[in-house]
Amino acid sequence: MKAGLGLRDSVPKKKLYLILGLVLLSYALLAIAPAFAQDMSEAEYRPFPKIGSRNAAWIAAQLHLLFGSFILGVPMFAVIIEFIGWKTKDARYDRMAQEFIKLCMGAFSTTALLGGVLVFILIWCYPKVMSKLSGIFGPTMIFYVALFFGETFTLYLYSYGWDKMQGRHKGWHLFLGVLLNVFGTAIMFVSNSWLTYQTSPGTQYGKLSEGTRQSWLEQKLAQNPEMSRAEAMEGITDATVIPLHNETTGEFLATVWEAVNNFTWMPVNIHRLIGNIAFGGSIVAAYAAFRFLVAKTKEDKAHYDWMGYTGNFIALCGLIPLPFAGYWLGREIYMFNNTMGINMMGSLFSWLFIIQAVMIGVLFIGANYYLWSGMGRIEGAQIYARYRPYMIAIIVICVAIWMTPRTLSKISTSSELSAMGGANHPHLGLFGLMTAKNTAVNIIILTTFVSFLFYRRSGKAPTTSWKKVGNIAISSIFFFAVVSIVVIGIVGFTVPTDLRVNVLTPYQVMIALAVMVAVTIIDIFMYRKATMSGTIKWGEMTDRSQYVLILLAITFTSLMGLMGYARSGLREAWHIFGVMQDTSPDAFTPLLSEAVNIVAIIMVMFFALVGFIFWLGLWGEKKKEAAAPAAADVATEDD
Amino acid sequence: MKRLSLFTKCLIIFIGCWVFLRFIVGNVISVPIPGSVIAMYMGLIIVAILVHISVEDTRFREFLRPIHETLVDNNRRVRRRVIAVLIPLFLLGYTYSIIAQRTNPPGNPRDAHPSPPLEITYKDEVIGATQEVENPFRHYEKDDPEAFRAHVENGKRVYYDNCFYCHGDDLDGQGHFAPHIQPLPANFQDPGIIPNFQESFLFWRISKGGPGLPAAGTPWDSAMPIWENYLTKDEIWDVILFLSDYTGYQPRTFGEGH
Repeated sequence: MKAGLGLRDSVPKKKLYLILGLVLLSYALLAIAPAFAQDMSEAEYRPFPKIGSRNAAWIAAQLHLLFGSFILGVPMFAVIIEFIGWKTKDARYDRMAQEFIKLCMGAFSTTALLGGVLVFILIWCYPKVMSKLSGIFGPTMIFYVALFFGETFTLYLYSYGWDKMQGRHKGWHLFLGVLLNVFGTAIMFVSNSWLTYQTSPGTQYGKLSEGTRQSWLEQKLAQNPEMSRAEAMEGITDATVIPLHNETTGEFLATVWEAVNNFTWMPVNIHRLIGNIAFGGSIVAAYAAFRFLVAKTKEDKAHYDWMGYTGNFIALCGLIPLPFAGYWLGREIYMFNNTMGINMMGSLFSWLFIIQAVMIGVLFIGANYYLWSGMGRIEGAQIYARYRPYMIAIIVICVAIWMTPRTLSKISTSSELSAMGGANHPHLGLFGLMTAKNTAVNIIILTTFVSFLFYRRSGKAPTTSWKKVGNIAISSIFFFAVVSIVVIGIVGFTVPTDLRVNVLTPYQVMIALAVMVAVTIIDIFMYRKATMSGTIKWGEMTDRSQYVLILLAITFTSLMGLMGYARSGLREAWHIFGVMQDTSPDAFTPLLSEAVNIVAIIMVMFFALVGFIFWLGLWGEKKKEAAAPAAADVATEDD
Repeated sequence: MKRLSLFTKCLIIFIGCWVFLRFIVGNVISVPIPGSVIAMYMGLIIVAILVHISVEDTRFREFLRPIHETLVDNNRRVRRRVIAVLIPLFLLGYTYSIIAQRTNPPGNPRDAHPSPPLEITYKDEVIGATQEVENPFRHYEKDDPEAFRAHVENGKRVYYDNCFYCHGDDLDGQGHFAPHIQPLPANFQDPGIIPNFQESFLFWRISKGGPGLPAAGTPWDSAMPIWENYLTKDEIWDVILFLSDYTGYQPRTFGEGH
């Protein structure tokens, strides 16, 4: 018996030590980064061989971020699924949550390793920048390392304690899961503060401490000796963005907290938090799709089909509010600096947002395709098939609106431009404005929600006496919501931008969210005591639907890479916008085509690494399976 | 009458959509749509068709049946041969259309909107940060409507003395000189022009003209003169008031942030 246990236990222990060693090594590098950067501060830049400093930092940062997103996103829903399994006493949920966390374990050490590589590249290639940043954020970097240790040990306790903390200890195990997410989210928030500070080194006047306000006023008066204090404060309200540094010398004037709580910190935090959930879900779904495609038994196919469905469902839950969070972030970038906003949406990066629209279109079409395919494995779902062509048409028309460029000069011949009477098409050009695009996005989201509603209802027959009234109520809610969203969208063409951005668009978003909440509540009550008219035949999905799951993960990854290029590129030739200029040979915005190539390379590297980690997991499983009968034999002999 | 196969129906939908975009929208409802935009829409229509036919296995098989028959069925020999000739011909024509010498000049690859500088200047005088500079006469709209009207009237005079030759009587970019300028002058009646920019942006564009456009996003090829050489600062602010007053569009302003 002992021999058997020893064989099984030795593998995770070795793995644990290896992971721990890598993590400690990587983050020891981060801990010494401030001191190291100071020593290196004589040199401004050092070239990275062959590919250049920027590309090296770009690849390492993006890979680190992708793995980071995965290991932050997955534990969020692992805990939720574990909780559902605990409450419903359905062991399948527990098994799946554990499998998610196993996937995290391999990715965790890779994330740490990539973090270490990134720190190395940054302090070697950009010593002055690192010196400046560590001078401001030094305390947060120490805090970051402490948080990382907290996360590391919590993850190991959570993962390796899974089997032992069942039964009456389950509550404590769930607490560990929640703690893991608290650590993970805090880590992300801390590192977000560094990069958002680079983009928006300013905070609103109302958020500044008294000391910082005084420093700012004094430096303003020093710059204009004839100015009185009252004149210096003219037009300054609590909402005015105040730089956190001396505008002449670049000297940092504020507190660490003010640098952390810079103008775009919270919008980026929220956007990434939701994005991580969607990304984590899509990677798990892609993993499940791969396992489904190679599964040999019906049981395995059923399990991975269910896992893929759950992963995709979670990705959808993240995807639906993601455009809203992105819109808020975009608005805040405009608020921080109008030039940066115009660069983003109307100038340097505007075509990137057309690519973004195409990719988000792929995500929504793919997610709906998967749901519709899934209805094929539910008996009694066919009654909803008749609505599908209309839903496809709605989604495709809305995606077409979303991806229609405002200015067509780059993709038209001169005769086409003359025929249009300018760079904007007189009618289709209207689709290029945000009011049309926001309207389209809200309708896509509501249509996707309808697909999900149909999926949820498939195979069930409501028994409530008010089902007819309920259906009429739901249809009316959708009808009036769509009409309202469209009317608001049309009105948006005629009102001042301030009113559109701050009032009309939030109304559209609130209508869409309110509809989803109201309809979900009605639907839950309507189908509470529903009879089952058909069962879900898990495992009976088409292979095509599984490839769609893989496509979704690839699209998410590419999208994150491309939008990372936009977020970082918005600074243009500044390491810290308006404070520290980039004087390196890379101080130019790379062409969109170059960015796409780099992101494609990063994506291939990411999937190769993820594939390798998943393969390692499979290999370990096979070894365990092979060892189990041998161990059983030894145990029998011992007995 | 023989029922149409799913494949044929899809083909009809595809061709119907192309005819609708190319001829109905392009010639009847509106003005021609650039070929690249039509191609983009047609790509989406292909995706929509593929989604519709492939969600269910039975429908997918039904869609593939005529293709399969054409490839292997002996009774479809003629169709097979016709297609075997048509596909290379189509590729030949398509390749020719791409590599053939064109007589019309290429379009203008400039950016949609130039990035404004961080500071607004008039000649060498710094007025302030682009984000913060406001039209000094805008507040009259509420505080002193009579003074506001006077500034708008002055802006109208400035416009018709200087700008209307290119930007047109109706501010729609259809002035007398417009057909001979590439890129065409801005159409202020378009809802995407004035509401998208702060007044400081408009001031910058008018005062610096084409030569003051940034190095990024070129070639601009703008024929806009440097109006700060001919107009006073106040005249430029007045003409901006006139532009928004005449068109009814308010320049962009900002709320208070998060």
